[in-house]
Amino acid sequence: MAIELRLMKGNEAFAEAAIRTGVDGYFGYPITPQSEVMEYLTAEKPQERTGMVVLQAESEVASINMLYGGAASGKKVMTSSSSPGISLMQEGISYMAGAELPCVVLNVVRGGPGLGTIQPSQADYFQATKGGGHGDYHSIVLAPSSVQEMYDFVELGYELAFKYRTPVMVLSDGAIGQMMEKVQIGDQKQRLSDHEIVSNYPWATTGKTPDRERNIITSLNLDSAVQERHNQKLQKKYRQIEDEETRSEEIQCEDAEYLFVAYGTSARICLKSLQLLRSKGIRIGLVRPITLYPFPKSAILRHIERVKGIVSVEMSAGQMVEDIQLTVGCRVPVLHFGRMGGILPSPGEVAEFIEHQFIKV
Amino acid sequence: MAETLTKAEIINPANLVYKKTSLITGKVLSYCPGCGHGTAHRIIMEVIDEMGLQSKTIGIAPVGCSVLAYDFMNIDMQQAAHGRAPALATAVKRLHPDKTVFTYQGDGDLAAIGTAETIHAANRGENFTIFFINNGIYGMTGGQMAPTTLEGMKSSTTPYGREQKLMGHPLKITELVAQLPGTYYVTRQAVHTPVAVRKAKKAVRTAIELQQKNVGMTFVEIVSNCNSGWKMTPVQANQWMVDHMFPFYPPGDIKIDGKLVQK
Repeated sequence: MAIELRLMKGNEAFAEAAIRTGVDGYFGYPITPQSEVMEYLTAEKPQERTGMVVLQAESEVASINMLYGGAASGKKVMTSSSSPGISLMQEGISYMAGAELPCVVLNVVRGGPGLGTIQPSQADYFQATKGGGHGDYHSIVLAPSSVQEMYDFVELGYELAFKYRTPVMVLSDGAIGQMMEKVQIGDQKQRLSDHEIVSNYPWATTGKTPDRERNIITSLNLDSAVQERHNQKLQKKYRQIEDEETRSEEIQCEDAEYLFVAYGTSARICLKSLQLLRSKGIRIGLVRPITLYPFPKSAILRHIERVKGIVSVEMSAGQMVEDIQLTVGCRVPVLHFGRMGGILPSPGEVAEFIEHQFIKV
Repeated sequence: MAETLTKAEIINPANLVYKKTSLITGKVLSYCPGCGHGTAHRIIMEVIDEMGLQSKTIGIAPVGCSVLAYDFMNIDMQQAAHGRAPALATAVKRLHPDKTVFTYQGDGDLAAIGTAETIHAANRGENFTIFFINNGIYGMTGGQMAPTTLEGMKSSTTPYGREQKLMGHPLKITELVAQLPGTYYVTRQAVHTPVAVRKAKKAVRTAIELQQKNVGMTFVEIVSNCNSGWKMTPVQANQWMVDHMFPFYPPGDIKIDGKLVQK
């Protein structure tokens, strides 16, 4: 079969992937810079293409709770939003983590706090990777750095969400969401039939039949001993996710004396900075986390004996840098370089920071 | 003189006049003695049972006294965040249009924190049924003022009575919902007497039957008591409900066949 290539925005690629992956329902609310997701979906008439339901909800609060209902009945459901809207969804994500429900949530991050700016940012790292809502939980967090990954991480997201019965967040940003790139489109997958849902997801509320006990989806345990056992079960799941699902990319790390650690748009900028520095004979590599939770500790630690310094490049005041510091301890200096407010750092200023901090001292 | 009947003669299938539906689990209710929730649960489950819908029904109960409804209703159930049941139900029904879907919500849940979800699900004409238990108070958290608390009514956060200037007016959300074109059947019932229970059950049945016809939202309010929250005996609470709640929340049909009932 011929490879299907298209030039698409990141947000559009995400939406097309939803249809192609056999998603059952999208529930969303408009917010810049991700409104193209729902606009694309409504224009594409997925109800006719695959039977997929698309609904514009009255709020992000309603959207995420629609995901709860849909996921609890065994369906593949998704939403997308940007930072302020994602904040509104945190209660629902916490409930879904507690009730062990799968879903994919796209956050096309913009600058904050508050209404902030509509320009790209990575300032939601803490919120995404440390739970975000109340209680002890994590969502699996995937960080695309290309339009192709905006497409690919939909399928990967559902694979992980259903394998572990947990929310998955795709943590993108305004640049990846808005820019256009070449995308390789996958084949159309069938949505699961109701019969397949009943047999694949025996926990789902699909109507109590005589052959089984009733299914209850809840995050409530009034007995604290029962709640603690549930917490322990969740934590065991997170340890398994950390062991088995950590993903990252290492670029020119083999001989690196210095390391960039950067994800998403920052990783693309660092790639150019890396070329600038390498052309000056500075041996620097890039570790690009693909999963932000679980954080790819071993990808950094395997170079630790060789490297003299690590720089976390983020479009924030420095959030992922704390995870790097926790990973390497005091063995090497770990610095942060970042821009805020929706400003992208230039490759030159990132390279200059490295030279200034580590080379020209 | 009548002969003395033996126990075996009394417990005889021929004498059976009532049997608990198997859709009520038998778990001891967590509700206070005298509360209307138990009766409301029973009539809904009886209707689901009588219509043979157990294997097709998904119930949703959010935060409030009835958060544990899934302990008592022998059907597949989802527990929702406070106020969000209509959002869950929207997705469940749209993704499973062949299922019977209902929410079971209290007045704080439905008419305060969940107002947006209630109004918009109704306005979209979502094809599920809302059972709305209105006792004018937050029962689970210990009797605080609800949006439905009557003027002058005492609660733990209106210890001197609800004062309209400070705390606003009680909200007739059922009348509000009935104004929306997405609702097809809106009624207000009670479960404090055998007659009221029979009428309420008929209303539940009407709502569930209409849901099978995809006509839009069906909405059954049940005005109930909260003897614990109201600090009354069950008998006093029922009387107080008749004397004070009913004048402001009068039982009866509000919208039938998509048309407002002319009073």
